[in-house]
Amino acid sequence: MPVDLSSPADYALVMLPEIVLSAWAMFILLLDVFQKGSRSEPSSSSMPWLTLGGVVLAVIANAWIAGLQETGPAGMIAVDGFRIFVNFVFLLAAGMFVLISTRYIDEENLRLGELYVLILFATVGMMVFAGARDLMVMFIGLELMSLPIYVLTGINRRDRRGAEGALKYFLLGAFSSAFFLFGIALAYGGAGSTNLQEIALAIGVDGIGASTLLVVATALLAVGFGFKVAAVPFHMWTPDAYEGAPAPVTAFMAAGIKAAAFAGFIRVFFTAFPDLYGTWDAIAIWLAIITMASANLIALVQGNVKRMLAYSSIAHAGYLLVALAAASVLGAASFLFYSVTYTLMTMGAFGVMMVVAQRGEERLDLDAYSGLAWRRPLLGVVMTIFLLSLAGFPFTGGFIGKVFILRAAVERGLVLLAVVLVMASLISYFYYLRVAWYMWFREPDERTSDPPALAPGMMVALVFAAVGVVLLGVLPGALLELAERSAAGMLQIPAGLTRFVP
Amino acid sequence: MDHFEPTLLWAIALLPLIGFVINGTLSLVRARRSQAHLLATNPAPVRPADAHGHAVDAHGHAVDAHGHTVDAQAHHPAAGSTLIPTIVGPGVVILAFIIALINFFGMFGADLHDPIVETYWQWMPVGSLSVDAAFQLDQLSMLMTLIITGVGSLIHVFSIGYMREDPGYARYFAYMNLFVFFMLVLVLGSGYALMFVGWEGVGLCSYLLIGFWFKDREKADAGKKAFIVNRIGDFGFLIGMFLIFSNLGALDFVTVMAAAPSTFAFGGGVVTAITLFLFLGAAGKSAQIPLYVWLPDAMAGPTPVSALIHAATMVTAGVYLVARSSVLFALAPISSITVAGIGALTALFAATIALVQNDIKKVLAYSTISQLGYMFVGVGVGAYAAGVFHLMTHAFFKALLFLGSGAVIHAMHHAYHATHNPADAQDMRNMGGLRRYMPKTFWTMWIGTLAIAGVWPLAGFFSKDEIIWQTAARAVGPFEPWFRVFWIMAFAAALMTAFYMTRLMIMTFHGQNRTGAEERKHLHEVSPVMWVPLVILAVLSIVGGWINVPAPIANMPILGWLPSSEWLHHWLHPVIEQADYVFAANVGDLAHATPVGGGEAFWAAVSFLFATAVIALTAYVIMKRRYAPADESEPLRGFGRVLYHKWYVDEVYDAVIVRPIMGLSRGLWRFVDQGLIDGTVNGIGYAARAFGWVGSRLQTGQLNTYAFATVLGALLLLALVVLGGN
Repeated sequence: MPVDLSSPADYALVMLPEIVLSAWAMFILLLDVFQKGSRSEPSSSSMPWLTLGGVVLAVIANAWIAGLQETGPAGMIAVDGFRIFVNFVFLLAAGMFVLISTRYIDEENLRLGELYVLILFATVGMMVFAGARDLMVMFIGLELMSLPIYVLTGINRRDRRGAEGALKYFLLGAFSSAFFLFGIALAYGGAGSTNLQEIALAIGVDGIGASTLLVVATALLAVGFGFKVAAVPFHMWTPDAYEGAPAPVTAFMAAGIKAAAFAGFIRVFFTAFPDLYGTWDAIAIWLAIITMASANLIALVQGNVKRMLAYSSIAHAGYLLVALAAASVLGAASFLFYSVTYTLMTMGAFGVMMVVAQRGEERLDLDAYSGLAWRRPLLGVVMTIFLLSLAGFPFTGGFIGKVFILRAAVERGLVLLAVVLVMASLISYFYYLRVAWYMWFREPDERTSDPPALAPGMMVALVFAAVGVVLLGVLPGALLELAERSAAGMLQIPAGLTRFVP
Repeated sequence: MDHFEPTLLWAIALLPLIGFVINGTLSLVRARRSQAHLLATNPAPVRPADAHGHAVDAHGHAVDAHGHTVDAQAHHPAAGSTLIPTIVGPGVVILAFIIALINFFGMFGADLHDPIVETYWQWMPVGSLSVDAAFQLDQLSMLMTLIITGVGSLIHVFSIGYMREDPGYARYFAYMNLFVFFMLVLVLGSGYALMFVGWEGVGLCSYLLIGFWFKDREKADAGKKAFIVNRIGDFGFLIGMFLIFSNLGALDFVTVMAAAPSTFAFGGGVVTAITLFLFLGAAGKSAQIPLYVWLPDAMAGPTPVSALIHAATMVTAGVYLVARSSVLFALAPISSITVAGIGALTALFAATIALVQNDIKKVLAYSTISQLGYMFVGVGVGAYAAGVFHLMTHAFFKALLFLGSGAVIHAMHHAYHATHNPADAQDMRNMGGLRRYMPKTFWTMWIGTLAIAGVWPLAGFFSKDEIIWQTAARAVGPFEPWFRVFWIMAFAAALMTAFYMTRLMIMTFHGQNRTGAEERKHLHEVSPVMWVPLVILAVLSIVGGWINVPAPIANMPILGWLPSSEWLHHWLHPVIEQADYVFAANVGDLAHATPVGGGEAFWAAVSFLFATAVIALTAYVIMKRRYAPADESEPLRGFGRVLYHKWYVDEVYDAVIVRPIMGLSRGLWRFVDQGLIDGTVNGIGYAARAFGWVGSRLQTGQLNTYAFATVLGALLLLALVVLGGN
């Protein structure tokens, strides 16, 4: 169906998923207030299911707009397969969050309407951030996804770790936002526009080339993105925030926020600065190498599973930076595929971790996993699948994802990067499978108590994620093709699309 | 000739997978049930040691030394019958073997030239091409499948007796079946990608089975070591695979082998790099220098596991990889000579260590490393069929020797267990004179020993002799002098083999018994379910070499009553003819080779005589020696001590590689991340800091440090783009 973005109605249609989700979030907020009045008590127990309903509506809306074709001038929001694809990933993360968090939220007395509202707003922010075709809109998206997460990190007011992590995250986030904004300003100064396509045309067609302003702009933008994706050395906030935040929020941050940040990173650098690849490739390559090497080495010596998963997510940022460095359709496609797998396996692993940690996140140590597989076979089996996939074992989604990132890197001639990736992921086997080793081969000690029976939502989420991870490893064909088509859609400027008119 | 269609090829691999699912489910269900039972009878969490306290109390830590901790994972004892695992575990492998046999006879009748590829589904689309989940059946994969399922069946049957009393009986068969599945995927996979699936899978199962008796620390560490070393090998495999893909655009064997000769220049850098990386993978999996260190430690697993995984099948995967990539290796003479050199060095080096070990399984482990070295000499010098031939015969006699040692350990363990003696059931100094108690094991193991020592007309004589001879006969090209060196090394290692194996047999079965007066009453032969596989393997160890008797030996006066067959050569010919062609086209005709004087038959006779002489001499010397039981023995002195401590290689690796990496990791964590970021993660002393967290944590400059790091990072990126860009 053709859409013309100079018409407001068409604009609204293109923004339908974001609009639906925002409206739904406000609806929930009001509902919650009317239900509770001025009483201080937990929100209605239907809150998670209402939230899930909103996510499902947004999924439908997103599917609805999947076939749209732009005809008029380019707008501020992209209408391409890439955006549709990543929107699904964000909604998947939000849905998984709701499913894995139900019992945790009850146990920690966190059943607050605003928690769900904030998750939905953060999801809207992620969608805007990743779908924006204009740096200013992107900045709005950045703040819209970040502010709820700062709050969510510290939402458990009884937990001082959470408060500390939230404040650090917020202060440093503001700091990095400044870099990002400065980068936008310089890009505007250099190219005369904040529209990504305009910038690309100014550099390529108008022949500005690698002007100093633009080159510095790419570096500053990379700092902002690097902070959000938690690339070393901009990862400093990660261990604090990940460990301090309530576990489901950590899972959401590790999966959703990271995917969104990468989607934005890739969109900006692939569509606005393709002609400056010769200057910014060094950024991607060195960030990738430093991130992969140090995160994997540090993860090696962690005895705390939550922190290990935090470093694991930093390490995965390193792998995805390789896809960025490849700067090709294949690179973007491998990111898309990986983001799906990564969301499933990371949120699944965090889910199992939450079950094992029990009330108050007491048991985050490896010993809590001793003999778990024999006591709770379902948990043991699904966790083993997640860990194998995170490590990149064949016949899991993680393996296919890494193979395609490697392929993108090799086709771009980044052999060194490919070698580092292989070595890093081989090191990662060690710390992932150490958890599996405890689950299958260790005797439980006297402190080990059995985790409670799984909540239905958690069970559904874990089984869904595990089956998904295996399916993506055995039959990845369809999703890989979709990812390639979606990535190609972002990089091709559709025929008939005129230059942006403000 | 008849047309050949494979029969149920997919089922060969699928059957063991089904076995894994059934046995795995069973073990998990039982674990849960017994857990529930324990909780019901005793509300407090029960420590396994309490439940089976007698075993731990009586034996103390010494239970570990037996290699057979009965009380391991007692929280899921063998509740219920062992009937289902007993039927399913070996049953699926035997069924797979029968299907493999049907296919073999079909293939035997047909004159199959091109490999048959059965595609099941498209696994990874890669541009216009795709990587498929497909099996390739040809003469090489057929032979490997027969070895895996055939020897595998015998070992599974043996395990029924060996593992009967183990609480993890179902779990054991689950792992073993899973291993057979992955091993079959490894050899049947139609390309490097699927082969890698099997490659990783067998590594995982090996890891699971080494740590099967996971209770004690040492075994967990052994699993860890195997794991780390194999990661290094996998790195080589993956990089090699990617180089193949980026140069040829395909990963399936048919395409790669067809395209390689026209794509790669003979001796070119790319193909040399590819093959060297592949060989790094092979060296990791097949325990070659410098990556051999994991295999001796892997003996911590149950002995049938050592027989199946660490002797007959998985460790030969590297040899299979080289033989499978024969065209690539033929194009890369530097890689080939490296393969042969590492193989020869390993064969000799491991044999020296085996000379002085007292642990019966350690001797066999180093022997395996040494024999694998031979196989690499074979495939390294371009005699791919010879390498595969030795792979096959070795699978027979080494499986026999391991299972035999398993029977011995089983008997010894029972004897010590009955008297609560904490002595080591695997130490040969505690054995002696066992032939009176276990005659069947005794006879079959002697057959295995003579076979591995290269005594005519047993299997090892033909296969080992062929490798040694080919090393001399293929001495053409620029590396010609090296072939002579390898030839001498292989010859010397063969003599050492005869020595250490005879020593093992004499120390274990002959002379006075040193087990102890009380224990002696409990020594007895193992049950038929264990000795029947031994007898079958012994027969195979005798006749296994007869399928490939070379013409010169067949024409000899005394040794020549076996007819010349060279059947295996003809059988494998279609698989390796292209490599031979590449070899002939680039290196030259083998007719111009300058072998050592004398000819094949002469040297075969010499090596036979030498082997026999060494066996006789060793038997004479060792018989006269009086060994004391392990706890009364003096440690070795001088050079023997160096050998006993395996040339101190483990210690060197630890100091040079392991410690620095762990140090770096800890350093990065402590001084970079933790030093900058937080001190709160421990939660210890948390309350004390909690009050002033805003004051203290933010004003001690921690956040400033973060911000500072961000600025430094930003400066780094700016420097990269501004300085590096143009």
